[in-house]
Amino acid sequence: MNYPILPYRIFPLGDAAITVDFGNCIDETINKEVIARFNQLRQQPLPGMIEAAPAYSSLTVYYDIMALKKKIPGHQTVYEWMRQLLEERLQQPVQQDQITGRLLHIPVCYDKEFALDIQQLATTKNISVDEVIQTHTAKQYKVYMLGFMPGFAYMGEVDEKISMPRKAQPVNITTGSVGIAGKQTGIYPLASPGGWQIIGRTPLKLFDTAGEEPTLLRAGDRVQFYSIPTNDFYEIQNPPSPFMERGLGG
Amino acid sequence: MSLKVIKAGILDTIQDMGRYGQQHLGINPAGAMDKYAMQVTNILVGNKPGEATIEMHFPASVFMFTQPALIALGGADFSASINGEPVPGFHPIIAGKNDVLQFHKPVNGARAYMAVAGGFVIREWMNSCSTHLKAKAGGYNGRALQKDDELFLRQSSSFSIKQNDFIILPWQADAGWGNDQKEIFVLPGNEWERLTTESKENFSMTSFIITQQSDRMGYRLNNIPLHSLSNEEVISSAVSFGTVQLLPDGRLIVLMADHQTTGGYPRVAHVITAHHSKLAQMKAGNKIHFRFTDQHTAEELFIKQQQHLLQLQNACTFKLEQYFSDKR
Repeated sequence: MNYPILPYRIFPLGDAAITVDFGNCIDETINKEVIARFNQLRQQPLPGMIEAAPAYSSLTVYYDIMALKKKIPGHQTVYEWMRQLLEERLQQPVQQDQITGRLLHIPVCYDKEFALDIQQLATTKNISVDEVIQTHTAKQYKVYMLGFMPGFAYMGEVDEKISMPRKAQPVNITTGSVGIAGKQTGIYPLASPGGWQIIGRTPLKLFDTAGEEPTLLRAGDRVQFYSIPTNDFYEIQNPPSPFMERGLGG
Repeated sequence: MSLKVIKAGILDTIQDMGRYGQQHLGINPAGAMDKYAMQVTNILVGNKPGEATIEMHFPASVFMFTQPALIALGGADFSASINGEPVPGFHPIIAGKNDVLQFHKPVNGARAYMAVAGGFVIREWMNSCSTHLKAKAGGYNGRALQKDDELFLRQSSSFSIKQNDFIILPWQADAGWGNDQKEIFVLPGNEWERLTTESKENFSMTSFIITQQSDRMGYRLNNIPLHSLSNEEVISSAVSFGTVQLLPDGRLIVLMADHQTTGGYPRVAHVITAHHSKLAQMKAGNKIHFRFTDQHTAEELFIKQQQHLLQLQNACTFKLEQYFSDKR
């Protein structure tokens, strides 16, 4: 596949990291390029690279100054050398398998008890609570990036009908809460102070330290939310023990 | 063989060089605030420099050794004593069975480190022993040390310690190495050019007080509010240890070891890696004076610091081997 190279800018992020920025914006095409480039770097890391991390429209490579200094000509800084390597890499086309993400279906209970701000959002946007739910579950969202806290996925874009800015003052938010901030939607993997408008909660674990893969979502995935009743929420959260099902329980 | 916590400190955690390779999942590296001091303490006891240590804040825990152990303290000076007798930082020390280590007052610095020869028995989470407080993972049960915690020590094969009285070994590492320079060197951040001329001058000409709102995540500064020429939003992008961000109220925050992986505030500057250690030893009330440097100097200073650690490692390995072979 012939993959076009988007215009970019490269700048240092301090003395041990370098960022490629494709435009300081939230844009699907740009984000696709970022994630493809990220996957490419994971498959074939640059020499001296510690890790790479994608954001909405930029990709950052963290590197080991000491390891690189030994390899490069004395007059050149490690940064200049990394920059050259990165630019060379950007000239290479990305593979199709570096572009495609997974589709995940995520249950959300939009009941009042889990949806701190859904009524306020509906009132502000002059629609019914049902319409908020319908709109939020009507389309697939792209996971643009993970950040803020372990496993927190920035997804978008929500329909204008349910878009609402974040709160001025952060409040304490429960694990699994699903929120809206501007045109973004996201799920809090851990309890935390936060400013997103909370419209529901998922019983799924977004972040699990015991897991081989600690986060449920990855940048580049697609997410389809679906509405579940409260009973299902608790059942998914605490599945009945297999003994109980077989009638062996107490 | 273990180290028992008799009394808990305010925030004592297991930390190493940090957890790398997971920032794309939103998992920040954590790790020691002062990685330089942490590595020196390890080197003094013959460990590999990146071995997990205890990072302590004041008031720090009171510890008891259930067996003799070779230890080193470094970083901040909290006026340590063993069985009531003062012990210096940056020296290898042999603590005897049932010896009690405590810290009396914060003399200077903000974070002290303790390394134990052989290291602690800690299960790694994602290739690091560092405590990730937010994720409640890594380190000792994913949390700060509490009363009655027992940290098991790996047997150090190289040194057999038989004596019961504590001994301060007669050599030391240079505690202040590289920290004589008062200023904190920075490189311009991507959004530096957004600042007004006056704000740029203020940033480089004035010193800023570190406020009480300062912890392992970041230091908030009580600076003259700085102004941006543009209101263009910064779409969430990577930040790093040492990134200086401009908050909406015009104040600055310097990101530290437990920083988020990404941020949406203008990045006006980045503290150079070689000065992270100095920065980590600053606390609320201290003044920060930033001075711009260039990429070349930043890299050179870091490499010098690393070379110093290598030399120290060679010297300490030799001294320890000599000391323990004489005792055999």
